[in-house]
Amino acid sequence: MKNRTKLPNIFLGVVTVVFYLPILLVILYSFNESRISSVWEGFSLKWYAELFRDKALLEALMNSIVLAVLSSLAAAVIGTLGSVGMTRVKLRTNGLIEYISTLPIMIPEIILGIVFLTFFSLISLPFGMTTLLIAHTAFCIPYVFILVKARLAGMDKSLIEAARDLGASEFRAFLDITLPLIFPAIASGMLLSFAMSLDDVVISIFVTGVNTNTLPLKIYTQLKTGVTPKMNALCTLMFIVTFLLGVLSVYIGKNPNSNHQKEERL
Amino acid sequence: MNEIVPRNVKHKDNRRLGISVLSLLPLYIFTLLFVAGPLVYMFILSFMQRAEVWGVVNEFTLKNYAGIAEPIYLKTFLESFKLAIISTLSIILIGYPFGYFMAKLSAVWRKRMMLLLMIPFWISSLIRLYGWIIIFRANGVLDKVLMGIGITDAPLKLLYTYPAVVVGMVYSLLPFMIFSVYASAEKLDWSIIEAARDLGATRWKAFLTITLKLTLPGLLSGVVLTFIPSMGLFFIADIMGGNKVVLVGNVIQEQLMKAHNWPFAAALSVVLMILTSLMILLYRKITHVKDLEGLV
Repeated sequence: MKNRTKLPNIFLGVVTVVFYLPILLVILYSFNESRISSVWEGFSLKWYAELFRDKALLEALMNSIVLAVLSSLAAAVIGTLGSVGMTRVKLRTNGLIEYISTLPIMIPEIILGIVFLTFFSLISLPFGMTTLLIAHTAFCIPYVFILVKARLAGMDKSLIEAARDLGASEFRAFLDITLPLIFPAIASGMLLSFAMSLDDVVISIFVTGVNTNTLPLKIYTQLKTGVTPKMNALCTLMFIVTFLLGVLSVYIGKNPNSNHQKEERL
Repeated sequence: MNEIVPRNVKHKDNRRLGISVLSLLPLYIFTLLFVAGPLVYMFILSFMQRAEVWGVVNEFTLKNYAGIAEPIYLKTFLESFKLAIISTLSIILIGYPFGYFMAKLSAVWRKRMMLLLMIPFWISSLIRLYGWIIIFRANGVLDKVLMGIGITDAPLKLLYTYPAVVVGMVYSLLPFMIFSVYASAEKLDWSIIEAARDLGATRWKAFLTITLKLTLPGLLSGVVLTFIPSMGLFFIADIMGGNKVVLVGNVIQEQLMKAHNWPFAAALSVVLMILTSLMILLYRKITHVKDLEGLV
């Protein structure tokens, strides 16, 4: 009997270790003195120093951060308002709009890329930050929308009714009751959007301009042409940032009343 | 008095409705303008003709779709399908037991495993693939280890081979399968299986007739979530396979960025989208579940 319970756990353990192996190797080699990443020549921080001297790379990093902040903010506003609005006004078109607005995370990324590329050139929008922002906002909205919707569905409606009965205006009840209750979902959706935007390669390749580079695009080009140990350092730093953001989003998104496994699954 | 009160209420209701409608506006406008619009345009574009030098001509044609049937592109579709099938099968072999066993863990460990799985999911897929490059490249970590313990005596040079692409796909898409299967298995009523076992069903029979059947929505949802992307993830084929593996995604990218044949790229995308929708429809038909299990 003991063997039966142990075998599955060994399987889970082995797969998890293999899962982490590539990431751990990248981190390990970022501290490697040697230029050749398969030889270990001792601990060094020189690749980090070199990383911070690379102007083009830092500019790409800056672009990525600005883009991620703006698109997650835009997604938070549009997604939250839409989600809240749909619980108040039951329009016949709501279902359709909800379906279309979540398409960007359902269809293969490459299709979204070509769809945006062709459309932006149709309306002759110059490729660059603006086009990146629109595209990123489009695939960030679903995350906020779905999370907020789940949260609203689990909300106790009598709270709002009580506030309204006690004389609070609709707007006031929203500010004082609904917003604080759905805030964790908004924050967790935003962090997720931020992480997704920071990570995107496929869609960005198609909608970026000649002079605009984001970090993932820069990494992609380097991976194709030839990797310098600087990449290890950069990847390690990005790993730390995304890791912290992810943990933060789980903790913020946690529903004290539990029961919302959907949120945790993200 | 009696007449004024209802009118007042009505007035207030209208205003309230006005504010709520206003809050819907950004989502409606953005969705119609930047999601629905571009999608419709791509569909129209796929029936247009490519201009001689640059851009498109507004003339209806079915040439683009006919072009897909040409041997080279048909071969690419078949190659993509083959890779998608191999990747998906490998993902099922690892992901299904993983999700299933995970659901059997204690609540604390389930949470921990969930977090452990989600962390790599948040990290840039490029960075994770880069780790595999370190492992696979000639004289890389794998070669060093294998030669060190004497299994091989020359570098395997696994990078830029077909298996490397499969590993890249499996590694990138495995979490989708695990999450989907887990979502299904977590809801499983284990007492049903116990009952079956008590009534004399063998372990294997109980699994086939009960467990597998009840977790089928999760398994199929995982298939949809891994099969489709694996045809479009051109950068995995690029980075792990060099130029040796060409997927539908690579062709779309090439037609778009290098050949500048947008209508053809659009037609390829429409076909890929139709295949995606068909798979989702099929999934709904089989499982009678509307949303993909464990998607969000």
